Amino acid sequence: MGKKQAGTGPLSRRPDNSAFKQQRLPAWSPSLTPQTVLPTFYILSLVCLLLGIWLLITVEYTYELKVDYTDAGTCEQCFNLRKHAIDSSTPCKCTVSFHVPKTFPGDVFFYYGLRNFHQNLRRYMDSRDDAQMVGRKNNLKAPSSYCAPFDYDANGKPIAPCGAVANSMFNDSLTVMYNPTDGSKIQVPLYRKGIAWYTDKNVKFRNPPTNNTFSLQQAFEGTTRPLYWQRPVYELDDIDSNNNGFINDDLIVWMREAAFPNFKKLYGVLNRAQGPFTEGLPAGNYTLSINYNFPVEPFRGRKELVISMVTWFGGQNYFLPIAYLVTSGLILVTAVVLTTVFVKVGKKGKNMEE
Amino acid sequence: CYKKEERHVRANDRDYNERFSYADNHIKTAKYNVFTFLPINLFEQFQRFANAYFLVLLILQLIPEISSLSWFTTIVPLVLVLAITAVKDATDDYFRHKSDQQVNTRLQNEKWMNVRVGDIIKLENNQFVADLLLLSSSEPYGLCYIETAELDGETNLKVRQALTVTSDLGDDVAKLADFNGEVICEPPNNKLDKFTGTLFWKDNKYPLDNEKMLLRGCVLRNTEWCFGLVIFAGLQTKLMQNCGRTKFKRTSIDKLMNTLVLWIFGFLICMGIILAIGNTIWEQKVGSNFWEYLQWKELTISAVFSGFLTFWSYVIILNTVVPISLYVSVEVLRLGHSYFINWDRRMYYSRKATPAEARTTTLNEELGQVEFIFSDKTGTLTQNIMVFNKCSINGKTYGDVYDEFGHKVDITEKTPCVDFSFNPLMDRKFRFHDSSLVEAIKLEEPLVQEFFRLLALCHTIMPEERNEGELVYQAQSPDEGALVTAARNFGFVFRSRTPETITLYEMGQAVTYQLLAILDFNNVRKRMSVIVRNPKGQLKLYSKGADTILFDRLDPSNEELMFTTSEHLNEFAGEGLRTLALAYKDLDEDVFDEWMKKLLFASTALENREEKLGALYEEIEQGMMLLGATAIEDKLQEGVPETIACLTLANIKIWVLTGDKLETAMNIGYSCNMLRDDMNEVFIISGHTMVETELYSSDSVFEETIIAEYALIINGHSLAHALEADLEQILVDVACLCKTVICCRVTPLQKALVVELIKRHKRAVTLAIGDGANDVSMIKTAHIGVGISGQEGMQAVLASDYSFAQFRYLQRLLLVHGRWSYHRMCNFLCYFFYKNFAFTLVHFWYGFLCGFSAQTVYDQWFITLFNIVYTSLPVLAMGLFDQDVNEQYSLRYPNLYRPGQLNQLFNKRKFFTCTLQGVCTSFILFFIPYGAFMSAVRDDGAHISDQQAFAVTIATSLVIVVSAQIGLDTNYWTAVNHFFIWGSLAVYFAILFAMHSDGIFTIFPNQFPFIGTARNSLNQKIVWLVILLTTVVCIMPMVAVRFIKADLYPTHTDKNFRRVRRTSSRRSAYAFAHQQGYGELITSGKNMKIPTASTSTYPLSSPARGNSVVKNSVVSGTTDAAETNSTGFRRESDQNQEVTVEDLEAR
Repeated sequence: MGKKQAGTGPLSRRPDNSAFKQQRLPAWSPSLTPQTVLPTFYILSLVCLLLGIWLLITVEYTYELKVDYTDAGTCEQCFNLRKHAIDSSTPCKCTVSFHVPKTFPGDVFFYYGLRNFHQNLRRYMDSRDDAQMVGRKNNLKAPSSYCAPFDYDANGKPIAPCGAVANSMFNDSLTVMYNPTDGSKIQVPLYRKGIAWYTDKNVKFRNPPTNNTFSLQQAFEGTTRPLYWQRPVYELDDIDSNNNGFINDDLIVWMREAAFPNFKKLYGVLNRAQGPFTEGLPAGNYTLSINYNFPVEPFRGRKELVISMVTWFGGQNYFLPIAYLVTSGLILVTAVVLTTVFVKVGKKGKNMEE
Repeated sequence: CYKKEERHVRANDRDYNERFSYADNHIKTAKYNVFTFLPINLFEQFQRFANAYFLVLLILQLIPEISSLSWFTTIVPLVLVLAITAVKDATDDYFRHKSDQQVNTRLQNEKWMNVRVGDIIKLENNQFVADLLLLSSSEPYGLCYIETAELDGETNLKVRQALTVTSDLGDDVAKLADFNGEVICEPPNNKLDKFTGTLFWKDNKYPLDNEKMLLRGCVLRNTEWCFGLVIFAGLQTKLMQNCGRTKFKRTSIDKLMNTLVLWIFGFLICMGIILAIGNTIWEQKVGSNFWEYLQWKELTISAVFSGFLTFWSYVIILNTVVPISLYVSVEVLRLGHSYFINWDRRMYYSRKATPAEARTTTLNEELGQVEFIFSDKTGTLTQNIMVFNKCSINGKTYGDVYDEFGHKVDITEKTPCVDFSFNPLMDRKFRFHDSSLVEAIKLEEPLVQEFFRLLALCHTIMPEERNEGELVYQAQSPDEGALVTAARNFGFVFRSRTPETITLYEMGQAVTYQLLAILDFNNVRKRMSVIVRNPKGQLKLYSKGADTILFDRLDPSNEELMFTTSEHLNEFAGEGLRTLALAYKDLDEDVFDEWMKKLLFASTALENREEKLGALYEEIEQGMMLLGATAIEDKLQEGVPETIACLTLANIKIWVLTGDKLETAMNIGYSCNMLRDDMNEVFIISGHTMVETELYSSDSVFEETIIAEYALIINGHSLAHALEADLEQILVDVACLCKTVICCRVTPLQKALVVELIKRHKRAVTLAIGDGANDVSMIKTAHIGVGISGQEGMQAVLASDYSFAQFRYLQRLLLVHGRWSYHRMCNFLCYFFYKNFAFTLVHFWYGFLCGFSAQTVYDQWFITLFNIVYTSLPVLAMGLFDQDVNEQYSLRYPNLYRPGQLNQLFNKRKFFTCTLQGVCTSFILFFIPYGAFMSAVRDDGAHISDQQAFAVTIATSLVIVVSAQIGLDTNYWTAVNHFFIWGSLAVYFAILFAMHSDGIFTIFPNQFPFIGTARNSLNQKIVWLVILLTTVVCIMPMVAVRFIKADLYPTHTDKNFRRVRRTSSRRSAYAFAHQQGYGELITSGKNMKIPTASTSTYPLSSPARGNSVVKNSVVSGTTDAAETNSTGFRRESDQNQEVTVEDLEAR
């Protein structure tokens, strides 16, 4: 009960007269008065309406095109060939033609989309070793047990990068050719780098230390590539040697596990430096040629190429504007109901009170 | 080998007595010591369902196949909870150790705890520590006066008398030490008024009864010392046997909470099963196709096994629906509320320097739900002080104060008092405000003088004058004390008495009256008279008694005066005062002589002595002249009627349970405004056998409309029958139809039974309030026990859950503290369940998208910290400080208390609504981000629909939504609330960014894989658009619902606080606390300290014939004092119990 005050007398044990102890702390007591609640509802409804309209307009001018190439065009044979994930030794190439009805102005982003691929299974998601991929030497050779059974190969060699996530990396390579009406074929130039988060590329994923004399390949000495991969991690990118190892952009993008079974991941960004692409992706006919490696048939998945524009709030996304408009409507309805109730009942109740 | 039914106690022989291992006086309530604390406390804590459950969870989490969450998500909160509880238990136990020590070492020559059965102990004006057999005392004839207010609530003194053989031992220590009598008596029991035993000493047998017992809890009065032999000690004393068992009290919310936790647990299992089945199906249909990517052995074994594992995984993930921090938070809240009670200055009684104290910290919210209050009378409602307040002398009232315009002035503390300094023998504590009476005295108005002379002469008080002028009256009833003290201050000082004289100082002059006869009081006569001869030789009969009785015996010439006095009596009664009428009669010498002879004859009669004496008294008390009337205030504690009125308005039923007499109880009922004249009927049930009246009265109540107001008054004997199984339902029904219920002459155990009855039949929260040891049983039985502290006895306070010094603080305790506690606790619980459901069920929804794989939505650290860091403090602040209405309102509108009684703020329905709200919130929280994230990308084209960004978005939305909700729930935003709510949000973001920072990742890469997610997602407009939308959709419906509720059902009702108005009928029973038998004690001289003149001198005194009666009884007294006295008293007590026909004027 705290310290008793010294001394005796009738007031010696009297509790302090502090606002806290007497529960008289100054306070703000808001109450839901009609004067505050009703305007809030109307204003909120208006705000949602305006936001919804704004978003809707934005989305209307955002184009997106999906090209499902799972078994389209000449890919049917490849599709059949890749019935099993393991059966990946024979290369398979195929092409799919598609038409872009309207020019995509500005920056255009190319995604690969997967449907029905569960990157969000708990044990799949856990099956990775961030300590390994941040380039720690100890972890490189001794992958975490979470990676099992993708931690060591049959010979007991540690796998780098270990785990189910890395093992199942999307490994189709996509090339888009523009077929202008003149019959020529122009490859759509893509930036294949800078597609990952800055923090991922620079903090979360690091290669084991290398220097001029000690190459990346040497750094990965004593590890083996994941089971389903055709090439080791230090040879992922033939063109840019700086894009190899754990800091390979495609690997990083893949390692950021999608939350839902249907997802798209950035593959490349249109390089608008030259040719017909300075203004964006022109309308017309295109051909998508694929190095068809990633099997989707076993899990009845689909693969697609998604070409999309991006606005201030991301890509084409009808959900948000509609949700805002619906919310706005509901709030308005509620506001009207509340007003009616207040006018019919509330005021009378108030009079009674007085 | 002794029979078990007997108890053997040998005086001064500890070795012998120890063979029976009787209970001793040592008290131990502490549970732990330094070494046993940790193991015992942990063991106890893990016996709690919740803690054990989390221990099991922790073990589950250590199995890698199941573990869907890291072990730290459970162990951090669990350790925190265990630690807080352990600290609380440790402090509690520390205080128990201290209080044990204090009680055990209470000094009374010997340490209290060392008193053993068979010891002989000496007591000096103190409480008895054990049940004793009285051996000897300082008073003649081994008499000994005790006050039993602690035991039965009666305030008059009672006499106990030792056996003659033992009283001869006196205070001779050597003789007492040699005393080796053996007592064989009944085993310990709870009957306060019965004791049978035998004393074997020096080859003689002496029967023992209750008149020789001094029970623990009684207080020695007017006796310097006494010696007693300890018969029962410790728990075996009658007092302790009456205390009932100490039960661990839990509030109904506590019980409900346990049920709900079980339900939630069941719900959790159901969800687990649903998800496990889902997993089995999914694994068969979809998952099996993935095995190439996942290659786990179990999956290839069987989908069912996978489902089984998933069940446990989900149990781990969803465990947060069973809120681990709930119990500890509730404890913290209750502790806080208890401190607020302790700190309340308005419940601090400065006169006794007693603050209110919440002795139990677990019952606070129940204070907001009380429906029945069981109150003791003496010391609780009343101060146990009688005050001479008003009088009517010869048709003129005195006592009211008028201002210069002739208006009546309310008497307050500040009203000037009459100056009695003319009288050197005055009692300084006496206060009277009307100076006209003193003027009348000074003018020597004969009737006024006669009035006070009567008061000074007609009584059975013993004066004690330790120093010159320092008079102390030893009154057997406080009423008489008040009357004689009044006479003393008005100049008619009763100074001394002998068996045959009374000496007064009338206006400073000594006048000695010959006391010729005392016509004693009894319950039928309701009056007492004295016959005296004044110095002038005139014979006078002075009588005081109940007005109805006395008015019948007046001279016809008094009719007019009687009419006026009657009006005055009504007036007095209307103010709740106890009234007495006073009358005198001049006696004719011859008539008196004749009468005296008859009296002498009657008093020696062997048969029907009582009736014959009564008839004789009746004969002479005729044709008296009315003097006036007195009005005595049985001083209620301050503010009692107002408190009762206010609590009644709050729909709380107040029952008075008292051990005192029917009349006294009724009078208090009237003065407390519990009984009123405008009540339709007051049923008085005071039957002795199977009560027919009971059924009769119940019928009539049921037949009549329920709108009418009734009162029920029932005595202990009837109650004993009414409590039998077949009648108790009727009793409950009838009693609950009555506005007021008063039970009188009830034993402590019956008090508990009544409380128990209501607890069983009404499912209502009961509160018992009392001050004495006789209330302990009901205090322990009731849901909430309140003790009145700051008084002599500590038993009630020690057994109580709350204690304070004044009855009126009850109003504040219930209407302010109780109500707030209840509101706070309910809001707290609602919010708590809501919060946990909203938080946890997101995983459930996610299960449908992640193949039921028990993938968590949130970061594990978020799961760890959500309940204990991000959301605990705002809700605690709300639970501690919230005030839906301020204290003035809750006092002014007592029906704001109603929701608590109806259990409206937290019940199963409410629980469903708030969990449903939680479920909806979690649904919105999950599916709006889901919808948005299905196709979302960052504004730089990079993806954002990954699990981590999704987790951060949902977590942030959740924290904001629950913060907004707590903001909505908080009615009273103190600085602390602001600090906690905004602080929690700030802390959330701070911790979020810290945990997603580069630095912490580079140290523990596997523990903090969310590196950079906060930065990369919270800088996206789409994330904020999602959070905004989620918040709006979650919160606005609640705002609307609250608004409509506030609009349709306004809580502030317009019932005005009614001022208490007293109108009631005259209740003039003779001095309520009075007992028969004292007249005899006086005339026999038994209770005179100064050895009275020897018998031989009697015949020489002038009214020789008159004194022969006295002499006779003295003789009989000396020869067989013990016999007559004990029988005399027993007869009296029997009579008290047998009063079946109470012709009380209820109206």
